[in-house]
Amino acid sequence: MSELDDIMRAFGEAGGHQGALADVNTAHLVASGHSILSSHSVEGLDVQARETQDGISAKVTVRAGVKLKNPVHMCFGVLHQEGTQRIEMDVRLEEGSSAQFIAHCIFPKAEKVRHIMDATVAIGEGAEMRYSETHYHGLSGGVEVVPKAMVTISRGGRYFTDFTLTTGRVGKLDLDYTVDVGEDAVTELVARVFGHGRDGIHIRDKVLLTGKNARGLIKTRVAIEDDAVAEVTGITEGNAAGARGHVDCMEIVKDRAVARAIPIVQVNDPGAKVTHEAAIGSVDKRQMETLMAHGLLPEEAVDIIVRGILR
Amino acid sequence: MSLLEIKDVIYEADAKRSSRILDGLSFSVEAGEIHALLGTNGTGKSTLAYLIMGCEGYHPVSGDILFEGSRLGHRPIHERARLGITMAWQEPVRFEGITVNDYLTLRNKDADTAELLALVGLNPALYGLRMVDRALSGGERKRIELASILVLRPKLAILDEPDSGIDMLSTKDIINVITAFKQNGSAVLLITHREEIAMIADRSSQMCNGRVICSGDPAKVAEHYKARHCGVCSGLECHYV
Repeated sequence: MSELDDIMRAFGEAGGHQGALADVNTAHLVASGHSILSSHSVEGLDVQARETQDGISAKVTVRAGVKLKNPVHMCFGVLHQEGTQRIEMDVRLEEGSSAQFIAHCIFPKAEKVRHIMDATVAIGEGAEMRYSETHYHGLSGGVEVVPKAMVTISRGGRYFTDFTLTTGRVGKLDLDYTVDVGEDAVTELVARVFGHGRDGIHIRDKVLLTGKNARGLIKTRVAIEDDAVAEVTGITEGNAAGARGHVDCMEIVKDRAVARAIPIVQVNDPGAKVTHEAAIGSVDKRQMETLMAHGLLPEEAVDIIVRGILR
Repeated sequence: MSLLEIKDVIYEADAKRSSRILDGLSFSVEAGEIHALLGTNGTGKSTLAYLIMGCEGYHPVSGDILFEGSRLGHRPIHERARLGITMAWQEPVRFEGITVNDYLTLRNKDADTAELLALVGLNPALYGLRMVDRALSGGERKRIELASILVLRPKLAILDEPDSGIDMLSTKDIINVITAFKQNGSAVLLITHREEIAMIADRSSQMCNGRVICSGDPAKVAEHYKARHCGVCSGLECHYV
């Protein structure tokens, strides 16, 4: 069985839509370790990808005015027990374009694997990008995931990202996103992570509301159990009139796990407004009582509440 | 044997007698009946509901709560629920990431969610896939809670002020739901401070100052309640009837 077959099988088992990768109208990029196994582009989308010593480097451009009908599917992974995969991405959405990217990152057997993502994203005037990244890890906890992104959004642009790591052990996560939001532009950064064992979770989202009437939301949902540790830092700066930002962090803690939330809100213009809310603790008592009054066992109630916030 | 029997229950919020909320309360609910519990704010109605449901921190100092003749004692909530007791809180809690349809099928995956939503006056096409979260208004959330316990077909449904937060025009919807419990064979302990809602009951009781001061025909109890015949309510020396 080829490496492509292996990763396709893992992709399918992880919930990926295999049919999309065979569709000529749908763009995709599949890489295992530092090998590009498959790629396909569509009209209006330029993808220049090359293999590097320890990963891949890709420059992705959606041309001005092009609105991609189908999501661009990306599948990255390391199928071996050990290895490093460094993904360098330079994504540009030109003026008035729009695209959705769906990324699956798969590390089913990882014992000692590093997955590093360095992304630079530029959203042109009036352009819109939606990016969702879902991780599927094995149960050993031997993965280190380091996603970093620097995003700039021009006037009227929109950038939405959704990071999910709720299957398998997290291992070590060090997520670091910074988004500079221009005039009348909008961003939403959402992260959902479920940590077990001795997982270490470190999330740092930073939104700079630079332009007039810029909007930003940071939403983080983390559940941790056993001896896992999580630290979530949500930073939002309101630097222009009419800018509005909100930081919303919720962490549910079980067993001996330890959670920390650090919301940092700063306003440098009297016409800006930034708010935050953070809730850390065990599962809400009233929620538990309500579900138990419906006849659910305590452990069933906890499971529903945790899965709900990570959904 | 009554379905629910409360015998001389005393409950204090802490160990001091000055914090006594229920003061020798006794009354009963029969199988299949709607029993309204009337009382002004602060008389202990919701506290009684929490005691029956077995909420954390709510245990009688003395007295007994019997369900189908057996003491509930220190049974946890889920065990009481599996005996057939359930409750709709006055202000139902919100849940992130749980759709209305999922919430209505927590215990019965085959439940007809469209029928349930229609029964509580909500359009199934608009509400089924919404989350049971903060985006719902208080009234919407309340209706969904009622639907979620109606589907359980409990032996006893405790409804804590099901009409609060519901606009007057929609009161009829709430009355229809309460009636649906009875049609399903459930008994309802209907906690309210609105006598017009209590009028749909088979029997009523009036609570004051931690005790039931009268029980019987809903019209007579409502009249008693409206006239503030209870001394505590009217500011006079209390003389229980």
